[in-house]
Amino acid sequence: MSAGLATVSYIGATILFILSLGGLSNPETSRRGNILGMIGMALAVVATVFGPQVTLGGLPWIIIAMAIGGSVGLYAARVVKMTQMPELVALMHSLVGLAACLVGFASYADTAHVFEGVEKTIHEVEIYVGILIGAVTFSGSLIAFGKLSAKIDGKPLLLPARHWLNLAGLLVVIVFGKVFLNAETGWGGGFALVVMTLVALAFGVHMVMAIGGADMPVVVSMLNSYSGWAAAATGFMLSNDLLIVTGALVGSSGAILSYIMCRAMNRNFVSVIAGGFGTGGGAPAAASGDGQPAGEVLPISAVETAELLKDAKNVIIVPGYGMAVAQAQHTVYQITKHLRDKGVNVRFGIHPVAGRMPGHMNVLLAEAKVPYDIVMEMDEINEDFPETDVAMVIGANDIVNPAAQEDPNSPIAGMPVLEVWKAKTSIVMKRSMASGYAGVDNPLFYKENNRMLFGDAKKMLEEVFVALNG
Amino acid sequence: MSLIIGVPRETFAGEKRVATVPDIVEKLTKLGFAVMVEAGAGAAANCDDDTYLAAGATIAKDAAELYAAVDVVFKVRAPSLEEVALMKEGTTLVGFIWPAQNPELMEAMKARKLTVLAMDSLPRLLSRAQKMDALTSMAGITGYRAVIEAANNFGRYFAGQVTAAGKIPPAKVFIAGAGVAGLAALGAAVSLGAIVRANDTRAEVADQVKSMGGEFVKVDYEEEGSGGGGYAKVMSEGFQAAQREMYAQQAREVDIIITTALIPGKPAPKLITAEMVKSMKPGSVIVDLAAEQGGNCELTEPGQVVVKHGVTIVGYTDFPSRMAKQSSTLYATNLLRVAEELCKAKDGTIDVNMDDDAIRGLTVVKDGEITWPPPPLKLPPPPAPKAAAAPVPEKKSGGHGHGAGAPMSARGLAIVFGLGALAFWFVGAYAPAAFLGHFTVFVLACFVGYMVVWNVTPALHTPLMSVTNAISSIIVIGALVQISPPLAEDVSRPGFWIGLLAFVGIVLTSINMFGGFAVTKRMLAMFRK
Repeated sequence: MSAGLATVSYIGATILFILSLGGLSNPETSRRGNILGMIGMALAVVATVFGPQVTLGGLPWIIIAMAIGGSVGLYAARVVKMTQMPELVALMHSLVGLAACLVGFASYADTAHVFEGVEKTIHEVEIYVGILIGAVTFSGSLIAFGKLSAKIDGKPLLLPARHWLNLAGLLVVIVFGKVFLNAETGWGGGFALVVMTLVALAFGVHMVMAIGGADMPVVVSMLNSYSGWAAAATGFMLSNDLLIVTGALVGSSGAILSYIMCRAMNRNFVSVIAGGFGTGGGAPAAASGDGQPAGEVLPISAVETAELLKDAKNVIIVPGYGMAVAQAQHTVYQITKHLRDKGVNVRFGIHPVAGRMPGHMNVLLAEAKVPYDIVMEMDEINEDFPETDVAMVIGANDIVNPAAQEDPNSPIAGMPVLEVWKAKTSIVMKRSMASGYAGVDNPLFYKENNRMLFGDAKKMLEEVFVALNG
Repeated sequence: MSLIIGVPRETFAGEKRVATVPDIVEKLTKLGFAVMVEAGAGAAANCDDDTYLAAGATIAKDAAELYAAVDVVFKVRAPSLEEVALMKEGTTLVGFIWPAQNPELMEAMKARKLTVLAMDSLPRLLSRAQKMDALTSMAGITGYRAVIEAANNFGRYFAGQVTAAGKIPPAKVFIAGAGVAGLAALGAAVSLGAIVRANDTRAEVADQVKSMGGEFVKVDYEEEGSGGGGYAKVMSEGFQAAQREMYAQQAREVDIIITTALIPGKPAPKLITAEMVKSMKPGSVIVDLAAEQGGNCELTEPGQVVVKHGVTIVGYTDFPSRMAKQSSTLYATNLLRVAEELCKAKDGTIDVNMDDDAIRGLTVVKDGEITWPPPPLKLPPPPAPKAAAAPVPEKKSGGHGHGAGAPMSARGLAIVFGLGALAFWFVGAYAPAAFLGHFTVFVLACFVGYMVVWNVTPALHTPLMSVTNAISSIIVIGALVQISPPLAEDVSRPGFWIGLLAFVGIVLTSINMFGGFAVTKRMLAMFRK
């Protein structure tokens, strides 16, 4: 294949990738979008393998490597549970990061291409930056994976003077970058590169360790973004436009997702990344001291819940991470189906940061066969709560906290929330009275039209379902 | 030691309610109490002795036996002096007392060393107290029953209809005073199909009236009539003149008037004059819910139904008793809630905790000391104005992201553009031509990505992440071109090490590539209508 044909194929692959992302604007077109993405990837790989930059001698190695990787990947994709999607995605980000590092080191070690003057400097900066981003992505994603799969404690680890540590890391990276650029020998440069890589790895670990469970959607999408920038940096390194374009697409996609997630929590991107909740707003416990909610908590039984649901005309279900933990989505669907067959208008209200990654709840509900046209976004459904008879909150807390609107001193003040308390009755399913991730007491629990259904979400929902049928 | 709760038969003439019903007996038993009911106590409320027995209560043959045995008495009406004399010293009494109206009774109960909780003295603004608010439950019944009595005495349909025999206009109902009873009457009349108007001196109830399908009639005069504690106050003379005018006009127009206006501790205001009654259409009905306090209508005769100037005026004072089963059930539930508050340990003993705002308000006599009136309650300010006063903090217009949200301020925009221009100048001034070509592609691709991704529906954010993840394994190309590039003869390079790194790179990215696309496919297949 000539260089010209390879280039044209790259352009084709680029267009297919853009169409692939565009297809995701609607569930109808999304399946086609995914197929376009696959075709684009196949085109890019084939054009490269048979293009001018690869000799036939490497072909067996390439096939072996892809066979190994492909079978591992397909196996993982088949066995993963939908509740484990955030873990899988985080793990895959780490692979991209690691690959970017490896390609960067290989490129540095490769003495076949000789650059001079400014071009040499730029090439080396590209290698340096590429490995830096790759290493941060790799270690950060691994920690995110550990936190999501509960192999690491989900609480934010806040080292003293952590901002100074980060700053020191940055200085080391810059200093060694200068050393790397000025290095006379390959070994000298290599040493600087290794030191930088270690610092970057430590930085990735430290950054994600400092971030708590509910901020995970931001972190996962941010790592998604980094993996894209890593690809783009590799593209600069190798002068490959396809890599640059694709990396930029992925990078901006992840950046937008992080932005959406931050906006949904009314938090500044920097404060999320800097880690630790409430660093910007003073001590959360002290701030909410005078806002001790009045009233008392009224418990309800599963049977009474079923009675309420039976008599309701409009029901909105608000799922949260608790539903994912309890694996309750299938029971939720059974209840939904039962009620809809009876003519009850059951819908779902999804907060952008419900769960541990963007769109997490949508995927779980889709897995349980809940039709997507009754699954609404927060902005679509919020004004319908006053006409709703029963709002059922399953394993969510901060995203339905009225303090965000009512108490300007609350640490979560200003965060957009689902206004379940405006429904005639709200039922909160929760294991105990413990406060949510934000550590903020939830005045919703004390409202007179709110009832608490204590217990494991799945078990309680099954009891509700039995009572509905009974 | 578990206490015995006694429920005597009500002795007040015409009183049909009873202070507990069999369903509630079971729940009281669960709290650890024993329950004793006087024979025939619930008969007028359709609860016979056998059902009480079945629910676990014991039956006392007369009041004397009951009062001698029990530690706690649940009553509806205030006890007579004879009943107080029958009670043991130290008995706890829960019921309607009206301490302001019954000073003699208060003295008698004090002398008897009783502890008395007056259901009418509940601090109603305390949100925690609402479940115990028997006045509200009784008022709701009164309002509903008022409409039923009106319909009973009204010779026409409530709902408008068009029939073969001609068009029937809907009945017009005017409700004076939109408190609990007024709103209950409003709801009942609306559901019967009438056109309902309501008025209240408290402006804040206008929204409640509208939300229940009524029309709020304003008095053409500016004055705020909230007297604190959720009650109305006496209004100025100017206001009252304007109000009279409005009532006179309503009287000419409507078929049914239901009046509920009460001012605490004062005789009911005379809203409907004899003149107004005369101006009403023949066959109209007035239901005066304030009859017991003298009535809102000049011609009301308490306890009676009279016809004056062709208008039927209902002056019953016992609406809750006319629905004895319903009102007993609700009242019994209110008392159960009081019992729960008194017996937090669920061990069948009571603790009259005077530090508890709700209990403090309820208690009018404690161990032979009169504790009424209670000190004013330190309540948080009512929530509505507070919420209005507390502005939702403005969203931080963070530097990160510049998207479909609120448009950035002009200054922020200028700064971003300035920084961008500076960065571009820097790149343009120093970077070589080859780099600039790639840089162009990079910047444009960022913008394309930005445009495309904003269109992605939030429901598909997880598939978006997994597909972008799969696509980012395009980095495989980097590894592919390193594994065996065409080399000039004389170049020396550490081929083995590079090959190894590239090989591992290909394996890793392939996992991502195949896994990412496959899992996206699996996920998307699940999204269905």
